[in-house]
Amino acid sequence: MKMKSGLLGMWLVLIVIFAFTPTANAMHIMEGFLPPAWSIAWGVICVPFVVAAFIFLKKKLTETPKSFVLLALCGAFAFVLSALKIPSFMGSCSHPTGVALGAILFGPFAMALVSLIVLLFQALLLAHGGLTTLGANNFSMGIAGPIVAFAVYKGLRKAKVSLSISVFCAAFLGDLATYIVAALQLALAHPEEGSVMASFIKFLSIFALTQIPLAVCEGLVTVVVFGIIAKYSKKELQALKIL
Amino acid sequence: MKLWQKNIILLIVAVAICLLPILLLKDAEFAGADGIAETAVLEMNDSYQPWFTPIFEPPSGEIESLLFCVQAAIGAGVIGFIFGRMTRKKDENN
Repeated sequence: MKMKSGLLGMWLVLIVIFAFTPTANAMHIMEGFLPPAWSIAWGVICVPFVVAAFIFLKKKLTETPKSFVLLALCGAFAFVLSALKIPSFMGSCSHPTGVALGAILFGPFAMALVSLIVLLFQALLLAHGGLTTLGANNFSMGIAGPIVAFAVYKGLRKAKVSLSISVFCAAFLGDLATYIVAALQLALAHPEEGSVMASFIKFLSIFALTQIPLAVCEGLVTVVVFGIIAKYSKKELQALKIL
Repeated sequence: MKLWQKNIILLIVAVAICLLPILLLKDAEFAGADGIAETAVLEMNDSYQPWFTPIFEPPSGEIESLLFCVQAAIGAGVIGFIFGRMTRKKDENN
């Protein structure tokens, strides 16, 4: 119990520090850059996912209290990765999302809440992302990315692909999916001369191409972290029905 | 291959991927992709006016990088703490 409150405390400290940290979040759609109708639509779509994440995590932590440590680890992992702005071959910078680890460990609907907390603080205090684009950004990072990561992981594991390769592909594709969705969201709101497709390709070239090497990095680092968890925390993973 | 050996190789590859662009692209600006997207929106749709501006922006680049280091350090600290605890548990069991 002491352990648990200690970890909770650290996590809160982390959130507070994070709240005051200006992060250049390349993936977030900028404040005010989605027209009001789209802002509201994405916000409404997010609501059931966030509620589901809350109920789901509460249930999971009651069933397997020891998995709290792993949840704290997933949160910390996402925070560290989102602090690292990494140069890419396109001559621009972006950063990984770090949500795939949590999606693999806690399922596709757990990260919507963690991601929302991160995005909310960034929008309020760091001038990155935005309140008006919160729904859209949470959909790409907290919902679409984790769902892709989880589906890829489960699919590859079913096909008897090794643990490391499954985790790598899940994190790589989950990371890319976030940016592809962000590009699509911008394209839908800002078609180029009436063509959503032309606009989509343009935003893809900005977001997704920059992201490819970073997604590889995220994949590699996620494999490292997952490998350590799998070796030393086997019981917790079995309790979460991952292994 | 032992886990730590595999992990070190993976991390070296990850660091190499991060460093290569800096070494290869000497003239690149390495600006944020979000800023580039912002410009693209305004180019495609020049009548578009962002209808909301950030409520608060951090005062300077120095403060920004300070807080960045603190964020990464604390996040890494939490991860190190949890990993330390996990591996210790394993030793006790043996």
